[in-house]
Amino acid sequence: MREIQANLLTETIARLAVEANCVLPCDVKRRIEDARKNEPWETAQGILDKIIENYGIAEANTVPICQDTGVCCVFLKIGQDVHIEGDLRAAVDEGVRRGYTEGYLRKSVVKDPLRRRNTGDNTPAMLYTEIVPGDRLEITVAPKGFGSENMSRLAMLKPSDGVEGVKAFILKTVEEAGPNPCPPVIVGVGIGGTFDKAAYLAKKALMRSLDERNADPYYADLEAELLEKINALGVGPQGFGGRTTALAVNIEWMPTHIAGLPVAVNINCHVTRHKTALL
Amino acid sequence: MERKIQLPITREIARTIKSGESCLLSGVIYTARDAAHKRLCELLSAGKPLPFDVKDATIYYVGPTPAKPGQVIGSAGPTTSYRMDAYSPAMIAAGETGMIGKGKRSAEVVAAMKQYGAVYFAAIGGAGALLSSCIKTAEIVCYEDLGAEAVRRLEVENLPVVCVIDSEGNNLYETGRTAYLNTL
Repeated sequence: MREIQANLLTETIARLAVEANCVLPCDVKRRIEDARKNEPWETAQGILDKIIENYGIAEANTVPICQDTGVCCVFLKIGQDVHIEGDLRAAVDEGVRRGYTEGYLRKSVVKDPLRRRNTGDNTPAMLYTEIVPGDRLEITVAPKGFGSENMSRLAMLKPSDGVEGVKAFILKTVEEAGPNPCPPVIVGVGIGGTFDKAAYLAKKALMRSLDERNADPYYADLEAELLEKINALGVGPQGFGGRTTALAVNIEWMPTHIAGLPVAVNINCHVTRHKTALL
Repeated sequence: MERKIQLPITREIARTIKSGESCLLSGVIYTARDAAHKRLCELLSAGKPLPFDVKDATIYYVGPTPAKPGQVIGSAGPTTSYRMDAYSPAMIAAGETGMIGKGKRSAEVVAAMKQYGAVYFAAIGGAGALLSSCIKTAEIVCYEDLGAEAVRRLEVENLPVVCVIDSEGNNLYETGRTAYLNTL
């Protein structure tokens, strides 16, 4: 059994929250820069140039890339041989509180979805835990903006809808979102499981590096096909037309019921942020 | 070529700004997003005065990050505009002539823009660090309790925006996409 002090989680999460919000991951930068090279539409080229300039300024000055510094999603992969000394939930929220307060990040969380009073410190975190073998603790902090979150959709398709139904639903979701989620977007897709697991898989898909394709060639081909189809829609950066509507499609899947075909699409904007540390 | 526009935008000027035109805005704008719009429109329906002069006002849908020491304002890019669709017709009727955000607008908003003479601009979503450099002063006007959603008075210099929907209802989100697809 390995002991990890809860305050180490707090410090790590506070640091990751600031880094994630100010420094765009290299894989996302590369995709944007490649898209700029392959973008034939002049207006779209100009927008991609501004997007590149923007994340450069953010990184150089340690300021947020986007003012929507998001709800703070925290993914913990906890080794089954790890014991956390202290209150895990409180330690995570304290990390968010500290990162968002000391890092000059926006506080965008309301305590109650209907009565809507801001909590003032961006807590609570959206916390996801997974128990894995080993004695390490992996922490991923992923600020999630709501311009793109609001354009996400879930459908309980029928088995007879098949892969064509899944493709049609994903394309429809991206096309209807149009300019709203700040394209170019990253499309996280979850297929299978249950109603809630599909949504979780879609969110998890957004954490995967854009340099990595699905390990199963069938799904890797589906990702490539969907990316091509999305980029044939013509929505373009910011919705002003162009080739670059999406930077990547990441699919995660899992077993499901004989009667069902759940599919969830979680859209992220070009400011797709996540930062991981291993304790 | 960008068109330089000195604020405020009168209804007459609003009618000269065309969909697809890139503009650089300079002068005073106000910030308001979801929660502030709700309060402003409650005042309007009660026949009470607004905390700032809405006549010929341009409103930027933004909730900035807090300013770091030495900064005027933190990152300050646009938020998605459709959430303000329920409020914008009343704001336009009260005198608002410019809106800055990103994303689609409802038919009701476009109808009010045509009727009164107003324009809808988009700034680049997700470029908050870049856009904040155009903001020269920022002060809270009201609703400080809303934090990032408080109404702020900003003086901006050459704020880069694109007119998406003009006072005739032309829409760059439709025409831009069609024009690009026609080149394929």
